[in-house]
Amino acid sequence: MKTLMKGNEALSEAAIRSGATLYFGYPITPQNEVAEYMSRRLPTIPGGAYIQAETEVAAINMVYGAVSAGRRALTTSSSPGISLMAEGISYLAGAELPAVVINIMRGGPGLGNINPEQADYFQAVKGGGHGSYRLIVLAPSSVQEMADLTVLAFTLADRYRNPVMVVADGNLGQMMEPVELAERYPDDVDRSTWALTGAKGRPGHTITSIYLEADEMEAYIHKLYAKYDEAERAEVRYEEYLTGDAEAVLVAYGIVSRVARSAVDELRALGIKAGMVRPVTLWPFPKAILQQLADRARFYLVCEMSMGQMVEDVLLALNGRRPVHFYGRSGGNVPTPAEIVAEVRKRV
Amino acid sequence: MQKVFERPKSLNDKAFHYCPGCGHGIVHRMLAEAIDELGLQERTIVISPVGCSVFAYWYFATDNVQAAHGRAPAVGTGLKRANPDSIVISYQGDGDLASSGTAEIIHAAARGENFTVIFINNAIYGMTGGQMAPTTLVGQASATSPYGRDPKFAGYPLHVCEMLATIKAPRYIERTSLNNVANLTRTKRAVKKALDLQQKGEGFTFVEVLAMCPTNWGVDPCEAVDWMEASLMPEYPLGVFRDARPGEVK
Amino acid sequence: MPMITVREDRCKGCSLCVRVCPTHVIEIGKRLNSKGYYAAVYTGGKCTACKACALICPDICIEVFK
Repeated sequence: MKTLMKGNEALSEAAIRSGATLYFGYPITPQNEVAEYMSRRLPTIPGGAYIQAETEVAAINMVYGAVSAGRRALTTSSSPGISLMAEGISYLAGAELPAVVINIMRGGPGLGNINPEQADYFQAVKGGGHGSYRLIVLAPSSVQEMADLTVLAFTLADRYRNPVMVVADGNLGQMMEPVELAERYPDDVDRSTWALTGAKGRPGHTITSIYLEADEMEAYIHKLYAKYDEAERAEVRYEEYLTGDAEAVLVAYGIVSRVARSAVDELRALGIKAGMVRPVTLWPFPKAILQQLADRARFYLVCEMSMGQMVEDVLLALNGRRPVHFYGRSGGNVPTPAEIVAEVRKRV
Repeated sequence: MQKVFERPKSLNDKAFHYCPGCGHGIVHRMLAEAIDELGLQERTIVISPVGCSVFAYWYFATDNVQAAHGRAPAVGTGLKRANPDSIVISYQGDGDLASSGTAEIIHAAARGENFTVIFINNAIYGMTGGQMAPTTLVGQASATSPYGRDPKFAGYPLHVCEMLATIKAPRYIERTSLNNVANLTRTKRAVKKALDLQQKGEGFTFVEVLAMCPTNWGVDPCEAVDWMEASLMPEYPLGVFRDARPGEVK
Repeated sequence: MPMITVREDRCKGCSLCVRVCPTHVIEIGKRLNSKGYYAAVYTGGKCTACKACALICPDICIEVFK
């Protein structure tokens, strides 16, 4: 049965039904609905807690503690707050802890504004925090996906014992659409080999990210990267729209993909063979499908609400095989289908 | 003949990496004794900070987690909220607690989180080579106050117990010292009381321990105790700053 | 007969035990241990098992017997 829900609330309810009844966060626009929703729901659930942290720095470290104890926990924030969480995210990855962090992106850099943007792609996909690690990054483009990808985020976080980030934007956080949610999303994960549940009848578990000897650290990093290699093999997700015979391939994610889809329809009506690839996993990035489409495609147009961040991954994937163009808007401006249509027509 | 003193069970039999005369080893032992005496070993999680005691997790035969600099009270909040039956000990030095982690300690105290913080105050940064700490005394030389701490550039030392005592929620706040047998005994009693209050669910407990750092004070261990008595203890008065439930008179 | 034992290989020669012993039955020895410290030694004198030495020892080297 479908309910009309706001994106921020859909992700919150999906997290709760995935067993993440511990939420640690700090108010920042445009994701305050998550904190407010959690503050209403969690006190009514046994074992649940809404803790309003003093800062995002504290919030991510509260998550670090809660997941160390073997429970699912969530934090959400928006761009500047995610910057504050960078250290904590690096620690989570370095300590092999499953956690879900959600970024409802806003305008930057600095304080920027509270309008939606997509300029945190580099931060999410290329590191954000220090050191050798990767985040699995999921990008919803609808309120249903805000829910579904939150559920998936917990599954993948546990599967790889690594933090997973969901990147949405203010549009997706605020918009309302019909959502279907299961009663529960079961958590059957066995964390008994590492979680801090008290050393009863077993040796103590230690959670740390410190490896002082160079060889030991290198071996550990290789172990982390073996997980990332597996994720690259197994977890790529994307959507294709009319790519079968496409000569102009649009690449867009999140809210922009909806605009790009309309642009594809308009271009097709004009007789132009346009198609779209919508990455759902920003990491691992859907390189293979982009490479395959190069057989037919004459050029690619990457559309983002930024000065061009995902475009670099498209360039890397295609390795010079086809021209890659970019169209973007910043500051909270959302491209219109007409703008994208015009960009394609310039190159046809 | 009867053995009347031995190594507590909650400590692994691993040699401490601390300097000769360092206060950490003494407090680690007292914590482990208290854990043993209260029967808490199977429920305890020790949080290691960043500082000389970053590897505290080598020593405690309990569950352990290492936290980012200053963040231990936030990590402790997550642990304790996730499993209220666990016994959570946040063990921190002066850089960790009074510099990097000032927000985290104040707000964990403000929320009355039901865990125990052990604050090792030796008025200097050990791990990084003896730089000034927020607790370094005016006029005290350090690697970054070579002419002695100058209030014009570095302000005055922070008194954490006094600051936390302005907050309503904490259940128990005491400052003790390691300089003589009487104060060693008080320290052990304070640590044990803090853990006992935690297991009874009584709220946030905090013990600040004035400790020696002979290496970075530039003296031998016995001189370090002398200096502690002459300078550190007058600056940081020992005593109980809170021993009551929120809102009750002390 | 009260006495203490000192674990020589763990002692760092910090001398805090020597300082606090009320009957002065601990001294710093003349032999370097494996870590390069001069370890504390019990002289065999009149120990009262007060445990002061064990309480202050930062390396838990001392066991006390009554």
